[in-house]
Amino acid sequence: MFREPWEAQAFAMALALHKRGVFTWPEWATALSAEIRRAQAAGDPDTGQTYYHHWLAALERLVVQHGVTTPPLLDARRAAWDRAARATPHGKPITLANDPEGA
Amino acid sequence: MDLRVRALESILVEKGYVDPAALDVLVDTYETKIGPRNGARVVARAWTDPSFRDWLRRDATAAIDSLGYSGRQGEHMVVVENTPDTHNVVVCTLCSCYPWPVLGLPPVWYKAAPYRSRVVLDPRGVLADFGLSLPPQTRIRVWDSTAEIRYLVLPMRPAGTDGWDEARLADLVTRDSMIGTGLPLSPGAGATAGARP
Repeated sequence: MFREPWEAQAFAMALALHKRGVFTWPEWATALSAEIRRAQAAGDPDTGQTYYHHWLAALERLVVQHGVTTPPLLDARRAAWDRAARATPHGKPITLANDPEGA
Repeated sequence: MDLRVRALESILVEKGYVDPAALDVLVDTYETKIGPRNGARVVARAWTDPSFRDWLRRDATAAIDSLGYSGRQGEHMVVVENTPDTHNVVVCTLCSCYPWPVLGLPPVWYKAAPYRSRVVLDPRGVLADFGLSLPPQTRIRVWDSTAEIRYLVLPMRPAGTDGWDEARLADLVTRDSMIGTGLPLSPGAGATAGARP
């Protein structure tokens, strides 16, 4: 069902944000189908394997649209997780506290 | 992808939009508690209880909810009934709308472009790919799901099951038979047809 843990997390976040009223479900379906169309237009074979990529892209777009966060904040946070992942010894859980540039 | 998800989740947690423990519960629910066995119970009940079948026809959302399977996305459930003349097939041409409460999360092929686009144009050909060939006189109706309306196919009760109770009947109901890309198992046939991953 979920091939990797991140897919499950992305799935659950969409449900949680909907439950909290951040967006309506029709709004979600519209955003998801728009991402799928965008990906198809960009050459994605759309065989279902990349489904949660589209799901995550739709989620990121909707939270920005609803002012929950901003693209620069998302970018900065990805960079922080990336630094933290590189600074964490193999086999240890990655946390943001391991970001060498973190506060 | 993992970093992108971690980035988004950590921001949402900080701002109080999501609770990591609640996310875990949601994932666990969809991975272990919600699946096509729910739908199979709905179908088996409809096969054995005419008043439940009538209720499904009139108000499937309420009838299904009465068995404890309710959606959280505000979707309206519609049950489409197979008859000797008509076979029903469900798709979501735009994305992947699917009756989660009764079928769990959709299989990969349901989310894939070939199924989504082809089943509308050539339903008979798609069903043949699933190993399902219907008599030429059987009409095939394709139902396109939306965020608001989710369809569940009510397959025909297999012959040779007179006197069977609900639990035994439910074992014959496959996921694909409730999407319309398969038929229920025949009594004594074991798990054969309609067993795509």
